[in-house]
Amino acid sequence: MSAVLADMSKTERAKTETSKTIAPATSKAIAPSKGGRPWTFYVLAALFVAYVLALYGPMFCIYILSFQDIRGGLVFPMKGHSLHWFVDLFTQVRTGDVKGSFDRSIKLAVIVTIITVVVSFLAGLGFRRRFRGDTIVFYMMIGSLVAPGLVLGLGTGLLFQALGLNASWYTSALGAQLSWTLPFGVLVMFAVMSRFNHAWEEAAYDLGASRWQSIWLVMIPVLAPGLIAVALFGFTLSYDEFARSLQTAGSLNTLPLEIWSMTLNVTSPSLYALGTVTTIVSFIVIGASLGTIVLIQKKRGSRAKR
Amino acid sequence: MKNDRGDIELAGVCKSFDGVTNVVDGVNLEIADGAYCCFIGPSGCGKTTILRMIAGHEDPTAGEIVIGGQNVVGLAPVQRRTAMMFQSYALFPHLTVRENIAFALRVRGQSKADRLRAADAMIEKVRLTSFADRLPAQLSGGQQQRVALARAAITEPRVLLLDEPLSALDEQLRVQMRQELRRMQQELGITFIHVTHTQLEAIALADLVVVMEQGRIKQAGPAREVYAHPRDRYVAEFMGGQNVLSGRVEKVNGASFTLAQAAPDGIEVPLQARPTVSVGDKVDIAVRRDDVALVRPGKELPPGCTTSLPSRVLAIEYQGYFVKVMLDTVPDDEFVAYVPEKAFFADPFTVGDVVMATWATGSALPLA
Repeated sequence: MSAVLADMSKTERAKTETSKTIAPATSKAIAPSKGGRPWTFYVLAALFVAYVLALYGPMFCIYILSFQDIRGGLVFPMKGHSLHWFVDLFTQVRTGDVKGSFDRSIKLAVIVTIITVVVSFLAGLGFRRRFRGDTIVFYMMIGSLVAPGLVLGLGTGLLFQALGLNASWYTSALGAQLSWTLPFGVLVMFAVMSRFNHAWEEAAYDLGASRWQSIWLVMIPVLAPGLIAVALFGFTLSYDEFARSLQTAGSLNTLPLEIWSMTLNVTSPSLYALGTVTTIVSFIVIGASLGTIVLIQKKRGSRAKR
Repeated sequence: MKNDRGDIELAGVCKSFDGVTNVVDGVNLEIADGAYCCFIGPSGCGKTTILRMIAGHEDPTAGEIVIGGQNVVGLAPVQRRTAMMFQSYALFPHLTVRENIAFALRVRGQSKADRLRAADAMIEKVRLTSFADRLPAQLSGGQQQRVALARAAITEPRVLLLDEPLSALDEQLRVQMRQELRRMQQELGITFIHVTHTQLEAIALADLVVVMEQGRIKQAGPAREVYAHPRDRYVAEFMGGQNVLSGRVEKVNGASFTLAQAAPDGIEVPLQARPTVSVGDKVDIAVRRDDVALVRPGKELPPGCTTSLPSRVLAIEYQGYFVKVMLDTVPDDEFVAYVPEKAFFADPFTVGDVVMATWATGSALPLA
């Protein structure tokens, strides 16, 4: 009798056990812990902190050191704090042609941005349908992306020399930079275009829109966030481009080239001040672009609402 | 003077995308002005291609498309005065409901005040006034469909083309929007051409049902004609509601012939529209599923029934007002009886029962 009872209790226990395993899968996590978070959380968090430190630490060294006072040197420890080296940067001539090169870099970046956006958009339109030789065009484009920048710049410089043209930042350097920004822009554009529903274009045509109207009133507004992303790529890639510009900028330097030459002969924290200023410019451009995209998205309401 | 006639004639229309196979293969059809026409067929049968050719989004490889007496091949949609409602509606995501509807007027260069006034009138017609400033993404499927309808209708087209307009909606809404489409069609008084792959949708809506297969029209006619009098096996099976049986003609006797089948005496079929039947021909016949009566063996057949086929019940499905009884009556084809609920439960069958499937002789239909 008791044996039967024991048997029954055994089956009962088996039952509860199975129901336990079937019940919420979350309680059976890989790393169980007593309340709170599993230990894996802390491992991953530590890894993430290390990653962020490695990513931003070097930059912050530069930024911090640029705020020293007049006794400041090129290495830690920090000597006082002031804006001395920023003033120095814009007043002293011997540090190099910072203002001129900054000017040129911005102008060049704007030109590169405009050309990149226009050409990428047109390429996006062109690649909507397959055409003869489309794969060849595509791979040639990727080819210029993977070609070593220094070699490509050198070749561009040589080509200009052979043709008897003067290398300058707005001719040869522009070309060399475009060989870098265009493939990037086109690749981003492909990703953007893949989300464009061609029925929108057909609907515009059906409602009587001309080709121009359907591009202007439908395609560009719908693709606007993507076009801004392409512009952002074009600008930032050009603004800090070094390898391709080195042999093609001619006698007047762009900003990255100027900074590089300064590292060779300037031995004051004004070099770091320059780094801080250019970073601020970059962040303003990125912030403005992302802000515009967010604004457009917000205006259109969230798709996920429903 | 504007030509407002929306009658359509397709004459020998062919379309080939690769130059080898015809997606649409010599289609001839006349659609009356103000008709509601449904093209129906499985996917890939060319129905959407026909719609797009009428709309002016594809050019036919051969043949003529005549709208209101005018050959429109090569004309833009606006010149044809057709408007299309796309399958997923293709509403412009960056424009509000009002701007979407006013789009056609905007590209025509109408002033902002004029076009917004016209758009608001149209918005009222489709009962979306409180949603006028919303973006498409903030609307439900049914509301989006109404916007698409209004956007197409504001151009005052002669013909409205709808590409599977209800396929994006759930079942209940589909039935509701179906009525709304019909109401709009009557209100606008223009020709609607509607592409669908749902039989119920087609017969519920259309004045003219066009059944297609592989680029050809299999049958075109009023809904009831296509459903109750299918011309051939394909139409009968595609439209549903019919049992199709085939067999050899055993003897021809005046107004009817006898089909050799599992039944001991063969199946008697009235000749009707098929005058040329001779002994030995292989013939398909159709019997409506709701015309089939089931009788227990040994019992007397209902009046008017001469044929009875012994069958075994394979499966039973309760459908509400009727019961679907699946039988093994004929070896190769499905055979189903729709028995009214009350009749079935007066003497319910169970799976495996042997029954006699019978029908009034006059209701059997010979197929082409």
